[in-house]
Amino acid sequence: MTILGQAAELVVSADAELIGIVGLSLRVSLTATLIASLLAIPLGAALAIWQFPFRQILIVISTSLMALPPVVVGLIIYLLLSRVGPLGHYGILFTPTAMIIAQSVLIFPIVLALTREAILPLNRDYKNLLDAWDVSPVQRLKTLIWDARFAVVTGLLAGFGRALAEVGAVIIVGGNIAGFTRVMTTTIALETSKGNLQLALALGIILLSIAVLINAVIHWIGSFGSKYQVTR
Amino acid sequence: MRFILAFLILIAPVSTYAEDRFITLASTTSTQNSGLYDYLLPIFTAKTGIGVRVISVGTGQAIRIAQNGDADVLLVHHRPSEDAFLAQGYGIERRDVMYNDFVIIGPKDDPAKLAGITRASDGLKAIYDAQTLFISRGDESGTHKRERALWADTGIVPTGDWYREIGAGMGAALNMAASVEAYTLSDRGTWLSFGNKGDLALLLSGDDALFNPYGIILVNPAKYPHVKIDMARTFSDWMVSAEGQTAIGAFTLKKVQLFCPNANPKLNLKTICPTSVP
Repeated sequence: MTILGQAAELVVSADAELIGIVGLSLRVSLTATLIASLLAIPLGAALAIWQFPFRQILIVISTSLMALPPVVVGLIIYLLLSRVGPLGHYGILFTPTAMIIAQSVLIFPIVLALTREAILPLNRDYKNLLDAWDVSPVQRLKTLIWDARFAVVTGLLAGFGRALAEVGAVIIVGGNIAGFTRVMTTTIALETSKGNLQLALALGIILLSIAVLINAVIHWIGSFGSKYQVTR
Repeated sequence: MRFILAFLILIAPVSTYAEDRFITLASTTSTQNSGLYDYLLPIFTAKTGIGVRVISVGTGQAIRIAQNGDADVLLVHHRPSEDAFLAQGYGIERRDVMYNDFVIIGPKDDPAKLAGITRASDGLKAIYDAQTLFISRGDESGTHKRERALWADTGIVPTGDWYREIGAGMGAALNMAASVEAYTLSDRGTWLSFGNKGDLALLLSGDDALFNPYGIILVNPAKYPHVKIDMARTFSDWMVSAEGQTAIGAFTLKKVQLFCPNANPKLNLKTICPTSVP
């Protein structure tokens, strides 16, 4: 009960540092989700719709990459962005940009695989119709993605959840710098290492509450959308 | 499209914030977790307008970060590694900044009977003889390297069920020691600021072999031209100046001084060092 009390107290106090940390968590994870989905949704749909060389191999690889440990992604991005790495001269290691890149890579396979799963059954139903109309490939992609949008958004949320919850990648490429790259999960890891277990748990509860809130909002947008579609 | 818009709306209000003038400091968890930087850096930033971004990891990893040119300044606590870093040409202008000490932590009821022992190596021997659990950092941090050196002094090669290398930070080692009633070596700062002491207690300290000095090193701009050498040097100069040293000496946690400034012996700051520190 005291932990819940402390969590509530933290929220009510609206501590500027905490707001900054929560804001950065959301900014990094939402941007990463956006970037990953802009690439993964069309590609996932394409994998579901068309036959092309290496398609099966791509599917196996993308599904396996869903199990990619965040710390491995962090390490790879770290080696790429480090000053001695191939992208070192941009100097973006230990910045929020580096964290966004790492999380985008991390959740790309998830959004890709779940989009493919969402489009696959729909494509079976639509294929003959779309073939008969002789629609362009772009139009075909757009139609299928739009009609599978609720399932696609579920995949998106899965990706966002993973991004928001992971600590292994952001702590390596972000460096957990106070006021600059410190996010919810790295704060929780830090407070745990300081032995402030109650505070760590209180922060965990706040993180969970934010996830619930965002999911609720998107769910609400979704159900609003489907109602709108029916009445139209 | 609506979902993309919804995302944009969620992202938009969080503005980017970043100082133009900043340096990156690779340092240790022992200095960060004690709260020293939270206290010290605002004073420095207020005076110079230079922000300091601290990456706190183990000494081994901090040196690695600096070696890759990903930091401008290094502040760590393992002299042999620091000297190697300088000798390999990665660093310049090493200075003493401050020191404190390592302490041996263990269960209050002290099954290995450490109380009364003054030498650290005798203490470790007692732990070995009693075969009580010992948590080793196992992460190439300054504390871990010191622990290995202390074991080497005893002539014992620590292996077996009682010796657990966890490959994690000081806090994680203390958390584990608290939950399985084990001994461990910690720096005094992390121990004092640690919030989950449970049934742990400080059992051995004061041996000269537990002396824990910190040094500040600039990353060599000849090796990495992008290094912000001017601002980094301003920081290093300030840390060893009378003002910086006084600030370090004035930092306390639970009314205990954690670090003893020793950059300039002439200032005779030793007089304000805690008696517990050798």
